[in-house]
Amino acid sequence: MTPPAPPPAGGHVPGSHMAGLGAPRHHIVTAMVENKAGVLARVASLFSRRGFNIFSLAVAPTDDDRFSRITIVVDVESAPLEQIMKQLDKLVNVVSITELAPEEAVEREMLLVTVGVGPGAAEHGDLVALVGEFQGTIVDEGGDRVTVMLAGTPSRVDDFEDLLRPFGITELQRTGLVALPKLSPVPAATPT
Amino acid sequence: MRLTGAQALIKSLEMQHVEVIFGLPGGAILPVYDPILDSSIRHVLVRHEQGAGHMAEGYAHVTGRPGVAMVTSGPGATNIVTPLADAMMDSIPIVVITGQVPTTAIGTDAFQECPITGVTMDITKHNWLVTDAQDLPRVVAEAFHVATTGRPGPVLVDVPKDVSNAMMDWYWPSSIDDLDLPGYKPQTEGDPVAIRRAAELILGAERPVIYAGGGILKARAAEALRELAERTGIPVVTTLMARGAFPDRHPLCLGMPGMHGNYTAVTAMQRADLLIALGSRFDDRVTGKISAFAPDAKIIHVDIDAAELGKVRRPDVAVAGDCRVVIEEMLRALESLGLGPDSGSSVSRDSMAGGRPDIAPWIGQVRAWQKEFPLAYDQEDGGALKPQFVVETLRDATPDDTIVVAGVGQHQMWASQYWKFDNPYTWVNSGGAGTMGFAVPAAVGAKVGRPDKMVWAIDGDGCFQMTAQELVTASAERIPIKVAILNNAYLGMVRQWQELFYEERYSEVYLSPDLPDYVKWAEAMGCVGLKVESAEEVAPAIEKANGIDDRPVVIDFRTDAFEKVYPMVPAGSSNDDIIVGPSAGEGGR
Repeated sequence: MTPPAPPPAGGHVPGSHMAGLGAPRHHIVTAMVENKAGVLARVASLFSRRGFNIFSLAVAPTDDDRFSRITIVVDVESAPLEQIMKQLDKLVNVVSITELAPEEAVEREMLLVTVGVGPGAAEHGDLVALVGEFQGTIVDEGGDRVTVMLAGTPSRVDDFEDLLRPFGITELQRTGLVALPKLSPVPAATPT
Repeated sequence: MRLTGAQALIKSLEMQHVEVIFGLPGGAILPVYDPILDSSIRHVLVRHEQGAGHMAEGYAHVTGRPGVAMVTSGPGATNIVTPLADAMMDSIPIVVITGQVPTTAIGTDAFQECPITGVTMDITKHNWLVTDAQDLPRVVAEAFHVATTGRPGPVLVDVPKDVSNAMMDWYWPSSIDDLDLPGYKPQTEGDPVAIRRAAELILGAERPVIYAGGGILKARAAEALRELAERTGIPVVTTLMARGAFPDRHPLCLGMPGMHGNYTAVTAMQRADLLIALGSRFDDRVTGKISAFAPDAKIIHVDIDAAELGKVRRPDVAVAGDCRVVIEEMLRALESLGLGPDSGSSVSRDSMAGGRPDIAPWIGQVRAWQKEFPLAYDQEDGGALKPQFVVETLRDATPDDTIVVAGVGQHQMWASQYWKFDNPYTWVNSGGAGTMGFAVPAAVGAKVGRPDKMVWAIDGDGCFQMTAQELVTASAERIPIKVAILNNAYLGMVRQWQELFYEERYSEVYLSPDLPDYVKWAEAMGCVGLKVESAEEVAPAIEKANGIDDRPVVIDFRTDAFEKVYPMVPAGSSNDDIIVGPSAGEGGR
């Protein structure tokens, strides 16, 4: 898989975690694929050999166990979105592709982060307050560290990560983006 | 009916009307070779697995049916990687069956294990690892369906030895609905609105050119193309992959464009105000520097692979669909806009066709270029034998429907330039991948597919040395192909680039005219071997070769090592900078 684009020069900038998520250079592609051995490798290999850059990729089964959904945040500066979609569509195991412009999608990402603030530490109260404010959850506690979970929009997760940094981050894992189309306020056609 | 997986595999190939398998057995594919003894399918035993792959390609090129190759696991499978990559680039339908170590041994670095589905993932249209014998008929049917529909291409089916040995209940998928391909829906019909827009552009153009590619041949669209050209009066260039898709002797045929295309074909595209790209893909060898390619041209792009539309050059009208279906629709759209049955017929003045710009001045310009800048070489009396002279003499001494197969390099370009291709499916070469050594095995496959036709390989000495052992296969199997080696004792195309772009610093390109001795080598492989050193000997040697039909023939033509392929557009240059021939004082030596 193509490595993600390098961060902007000058080090970490708040909100820039995914090289400018929210800026027009990223786009979300969701692909419904056959749930067969090697399909993820085919998708990853296609992106690699055609020089398409990926910010993140998430894959999981859908409600139909014959299919999985792959959510890919692509760098549309590395190649035109249309080319990426068409090449992806040529893979025999790819059943359908949906393109989600950021403004038409509900986007969420999850973060697990361990910070070096134990239950007895002086800053613990501040940490609990911050987690509460972001509606995160403390999911694990050790003697000198806690692990916190947060699900939210990527920019919210970025902000949370930035604010946690002064507490001393020792481990961090983000899932990458998952997304579904935004619902229309007008009811959809009656199911047949 | 209970069958072994191996029996089911062979029976599935029979159900697909396979008449020949090119292959070479080995440990992991052993079970599958046993039922071949009882099958109606012919097996051609190759001397190297690469040969099997190129034979399958040659067979597919000339018949339009998928070529089938079968090899064992590990090195057998990796030896066929090059033909798969070649077939992928040129959209050739081949089905490769590989043996694999037993499923229980996969992942253990077992003897002759290689993860060939992983290796070939990016150079096949699709591939399958079969883990249950019960799946075999369905997977074979899927493999042939994927290889031959949409944009054709190579597929690979990897069959572990325990799967071949396992028992299964025979069935045959009776329709494509029985296949498990939920994500595979090739589109053949073009969008009628776009086709109508294309027809309007065609009738509005003053300097149109049809840019015909290999997709014409894949779509069996040569007849439709001819009708489009004749009814509109628009000239046609045929790319390296489309030679023969439009007759070279047709007055509207401009021949091959590109890096070694003729001046008229290259320049007509540069000056065009409309390019009608049919099954072509704006390859860098055609366009030259892309930003300078056909700067004033609007583009109509028709291709069955939607991903080709806009990949290199943004089209003004894009039509995803099968070339034959789309051209036929385009003709109907042109008719509805008032175009008559041929370019000379009268049309109603108030129809769109009635207001069509006169393209006669454009055709006049094209004719003037053809007159001023023909392909040229100089065969002096008693001088060194020119490779172009050999190609022309061979062309004139063989039937019009002779199948010509080339390797890759100078000889390939001379063959494409100087042959007159008047029939589709008579030109077989490695275009996109540029695979040296393609010619001999591909010619064998072509002759197996069309035993009724004369098959000549035009090869280089460098190419010939890569795959010549398949002449043993040809002799043993009585497949009487003929090979013309244009022996200039060099890796000629590389030599040409070193001469022109590396200040004549010749690095590792000299091969020697006599080592190997091609006549003795040919004879050792059961062929007739002939040597030709002068222009006068060319025609008699060809006549002799044409009279031999019980074994292969190899002619070693000793050609001028200093001859270069012209015209030439240097790599990365604009097609406007075409070099027509050696300038005065630059004679080559």
